[in-house]
Amino acid sequence: MQPDFLIKLVILLPLLGAAFNGLVGLFAPAHRKNEGLIGIVATLMVAIPFVITAYLFAGFHGEAIVVDAFTWMKAGDLTVNFAYRIDQLSLLMTLIVTGVGGLIHLYSTGYMHGDDGYWRFFAYLNLFIFMMLNLVLGNNLVVLFLGWEGVGLCSYLLIGFWYKDLKNSAAANKAFIMNRIGDFAFLMAMFILFRELGSLDFDAVLAGGPGMDQSWINWTVFLLFIGATGKSAQIPLFTWLPDAMAGPTPVSALIHAATMVTSGLYLLARLSPLVLSAPSIMAVITVVGALTAIVAATIAITQNDIKKVLAYSTVSQLGYMFLATGVGAFYVAIFHVMTHAFFKACLFLGSGSVIHSMHHVEHELAHDGHGHALDPQDMRTMGGLKKYMPATRMTFLISTLAIAGIPLLSGFFSKDEILFKAFEFGYDGHLVGWFVYGVGIITAFLTAIYMTRAYVLTFEGESRWPHADSIHPHESPWTMTVPLWILAGLAAVGGYLGLPAVLGEVNWIHHWLAGETGPVAEFAAHTHVSHGMEWFLIAVGSLVAISGVALGWKWYTSEGIGFDEKLSVRFGGLYKLWKGKYFLDEAYDKAVVRPLIGSAHHAFAPFDKYVIDGLVNAVGFFTRGSSFVLRYMQTGLVHSYAVAIVFGVVLIIYLMLF
Amino acid sequence: MEITLNWYLTLSALLFTMGVLGFLFRRNAIIMLMCVELMLNSVNITLVAFSQYLGDVSGQILVFFVMSVAAAEAAVGLALIIAIFRDKLTVDVTKINLFKY
Repeated sequence: MQPDFLIKLVILLPLLGAAFNGLVGLFAPAHRKNEGLIGIVATLMVAIPFVITAYLFAGFHGEAIVVDAFTWMKAGDLTVNFAYRIDQLSLLMTLIVTGVGGLIHLYSTGYMHGDDGYWRFFAYLNLFIFMMLNLVLGNNLVVLFLGWEGVGLCSYLLIGFWYKDLKNSAAANKAFIMNRIGDFAFLMAMFILFRELGSLDFDAVLAGGPGMDQSWINWTVFLLFIGATGKSAQIPLFTWLPDAMAGPTPVSALIHAATMVTSGLYLLARLSPLVLSAPSIMAVITVVGALTAIVAATIAITQNDIKKVLAYSTVSQLGYMFLATGVGAFYVAIFHVMTHAFFKACLFLGSGSVIHSMHHVEHELAHDGHGHALDPQDMRTMGGLKKYMPATRMTFLISTLAIAGIPLLSGFFSKDEILFKAFEFGYDGHLVGWFVYGVGIITAFLTAIYMTRAYVLTFEGESRWPHADSIHPHESPWTMTVPLWILAGLAAVGGYLGLPAVLGEVNWIHHWLAGETGPVAEFAAHTHVSHGMEWFLIAVGSLVAISGVALGWKWYTSEGIGFDEKLSVRFGGLYKLWKGKYFLDEAYDKAVVRPLIGSAHHAFAPFDKYVIDGLVNAVGFFTRGSSFVLRYMQTGLVHSYAVAIVFGVVLIIYLMLF
Repeated sequence: MEITLNWYLTLSALLFTMGVLGFLFRRNAIIMLMCVELMLNSVNITLVAFSQYLGDVSGQILVFFVMSVAAAEAAVGLALIIAIFRDKLTVDVTKINLFKY
């Protein structure tokens, strides 16, 4: 079949699913509880596009296909088409979105079982997939921006899914507002590109962009990067992502780990030739990425909420990807996007499975009248779950080892490639390369520690919830464990798509994305690192990962949660800083939120009262005053009206004749 | 003495002036309504006169329109006057001033 028909099908099916579930929920409340129908429709509407995309992927010949659906808007010189682009990058991203997305849909049918908003959840989830597909498949910046805003909206809706709790709504607002800051910068970048080039199609931007004035290139790339820091949770805009964990866990897995938060990286990879022409901004990108990676990793060590650990881990891994982007290794960033989608989605779904069963424990406790309040996400009251949840435990362990970078698992290959590229960048004479390499190594070590800590505290040791001897959690249903196993399998072997260069020309993902016809550019190093050196770097990376896991294992299996005490004594003020999340929320609160609310109270409230209300009152006063005089014209006598008419007619005739 | 167009126009102007002055100075609503009719019919005379003078029948057709509109207007006007009379027992327009400030 024709690719242009198929790609329209890929994009429209999730929208159809969203519309179906939304309409059923709104207009047929009797069917809201029909979870089988809703879940199957929603899952199929993502699974079918995955199959179609796989078909397109298999038959792809290396030549980008542009599908022009229709003209969206036309204003002056600006013409925006609903055009979609099928090439190596968009196909890979679509496979990740629909593949991981489909698994998470399946998982959600089990996880959301019994929720009042079941239909609403799946309508939003399908809408999210639709918007995400617009983002990765659009052939111009405007369609991409449509998807960009659309996923932001769905993220807002899903973070605040349990909106009856004010805390969740506040988290949703925070995510939305912080994203707006980035979106504003993105818009500015588009304005610059349109003014300089007269078009926002990728072809035109990539052909003309590098030829712009250097200062305009720098501004454009910088503004695009600011946009990416919002969506992809980098310093300074990352604080929304940990709060976004207020949403249901599948949402955290799909939106806030695997897909949406990687869209900033997709944007930079898509415009990689333009980014490469702004070397000074690339240095900014890589440093910001490295700092985000280490800042988030240090916070993650101190968190007790299992989802918060994973959230900061996501921020940290996204920092890694920006680190790679900044040293010109765009394809490696996308590679890490892919492997990260596998193991982080698996980790989040695993944590969801744990939370699911801890909810059960909480329920039992309340039922037996023990009256213990239990936070089902707090790792301090978990422990020993491997007895009860073998499937969750195995998959979580595999993914933990993968993200830690244990050799031969997927995270090892992608993280190693990032570190190698950073090293190569430094070797090529860029000092910043050395800096980010060092930060990257430390972060890799921290990652291994905090992920092992999370695993050990959750699954190993003694069960720490009240009455652990009589109350037993149990494994989740197959709809939840099957996606876990698939994702764990991918997390284990996904890395073989990008084998390191020492093994010869076997790096499939490099060949696919940055090959001769590939859409992704890359930084060309002048001096190459020798093979011996590369082996050495791989050894260093493996050593760091293995020692991190081993130390974490030793510390937390022997002393359990108590080891945190030791850490806090050992690091003192530094630990307080980590525990307090670098007090960024407090700083933003002091520097932005309070001044804004304060000025609203003290400056704008009087302005409103006296100037705005004053103007409105003045209009009313003037109208009353003038009508007080003019109303005497209304005599109520027919004769006076008739006289006015006669004189009026005479005047008109006079004017017409003379 | 031949009766030319000017005679008709003069008659029409006189009748129209009578209508206007009557409408402006009489108080009885029924008389005022009759004055309106007078104005309309003076216009009819003008139309017929010109129609004859120019040899064009469209003026006479217009007269029929004016007459039918005038009939409708008279019907509505009289109905209103009767309704007002039932309420106020007068047709003196100076006493009917609901719109007064």
